[in-house]
Amino acid sequence: MARWMARRPHWLWMMAGVFLLGTGWILWSADPEQAAAAGTIASPHPGFAAPEFDLETLDGDRVRLSDLRGQVVVVNLWASWCPPCRAEMPALQQLYDAHRDEGLVVLALNATDQDSSAAARAFVTDHGLTFPVLLDPAGEASRAYALRAMPSTFVVDRQGVIREIVIGGPVSLATLRSLVSPLLEQAD
Amino acid sequence: MLPVLQVGPLAIQLSGLLLLLGFWLASVLVGRSAGRHGLEGDVLDRLLLIGMVAGVIGARLGFVLQNASAYAEDPRAILSFNLTAFAPLEGVAAGALAALIYGQRKSLPLWPTLDALAPGAALFAVFVNLSQLASGDAFGAPVDLPWAIELWGARRHPAQLYALAGSLAILLFVLWLQKRQEFPGQLALSWLGLTSTARLLLEGFRGDSLYFAGVRQAQIVALLLLMLSLAGLHLLARRCCMGDESGSSAGKAEKTAPG
Repeated sequence: MARWMARRPHWLWMMAGVFLLGTGWILWSADPEQAAAAGTIASPHPGFAAPEFDLETLDGDRVRLSDLRGQVVVVNLWASWCPPCRAEMPALQQLYDAHRDEGLVVLALNATDQDSSAAARAFVTDHGLTFPVLLDPAGEASRAYALRAMPSTFVVDRQGVIREIVIGGPVSLATLRSLVSPLLEQAD
Repeated sequence: MLPVLQVGPLAIQLSGLLLLLGFWLASVLVGRSAGRHGLEGDVLDRLLLIGMVAGVIGARLGFVLQNASAYAEDPRAILSFNLTAFAPLEGVAAGALAALIYGQRKSLPLWPTLDALAPGAALFAVFVNLSQLASGDAFGAPVDLPWAIELWGARRHPAQLYALAGSLAILLFVLWLQKRQEFPGQLALSWLGLTSTARLLLEGFRGDSLYFAGVRQAQIVALLLLMLSLAGLHLLARRCCMGDESGSSAGKAEKTAPG
């Protein structure tokens, strides 16, 4: 095999063949339309449209994700009994305070099917959280976002596409800022 | 998709555990391959460990430097366990640089060292594909075929399974070739060429490709690496097995001694 490879004519023919076949396959298998298609399919994965939800807040208002198109949205799935969820809430509040004027929305989506609205309310009051806290008593949003660990944080861009997912916590303010800042700088 | 293990405050993703297991098994395989290439297993074990530690540190520092203003206000966050805060390319560069420096200090010969690492790299690639299968990353393009799988809201090519089959075949070939190697560098460059070929072919079925000028970026890189590996194999084979330009004394020249 080594001697076959060492012969220049063999090598030149092989290189030419590989180049032509490789280039042909690259051109034939290119499918630029499907590259943009992911952003239109709702799925809990980076590059896909964030699954829709329409939920009631602790204050009794309703929040629909699609109504927030044009803003950067941080969706944080949490429960009051979950220590890392509790630990990262101050960072989320600081993030919200610092960037809400730039078009940032923080939605704390309480997995109420595994928690209770009373416990969620008590936690929010104790910690003085001012961003919307949504209740998900039927667990629909948890399922739509394939909740596998708490907390889970989804960063959604102004076009409604998931850009980052942080599974587990507590996530630091610096990391949250790093994930959100580039999206805030992007135009709608 | 595999679940996440919640251990106290830590959410351990099984895809990450598969990568760690793959790295460990790959380092064992490299240690066993070392003797075949005239190298010490312990030295290569250390090379891999240094490369991995430097890679992790480099990946975190790369991420921190890219977001310096955010971390300047909260330097303690640099040490957080969060796996999101890593810059993969910078990590690979830092790991490779640290391994290169260590290899030079230990006067490790280039091609035999790369040959000894090749089976480990081939085995690690299998675990990378398993990890992607577990996490749902590296997913396929939407398609309507009997063997399509339901993933991320569409029926798709099982691209992770294609890649897994490819990496398993490459691993078996590398283990086979290791016993029949004719010149230093043959194993490493064959692994590179085959891995590039697999990526060139299988990227065409992916649904998450990055595009450049209307074609998939990874395929361009893979084709370049394939051509480079073929050129390298040709040059090393010439050095090893051809006595002169005409090739009249093919096979008479001595093989280049490992090291």
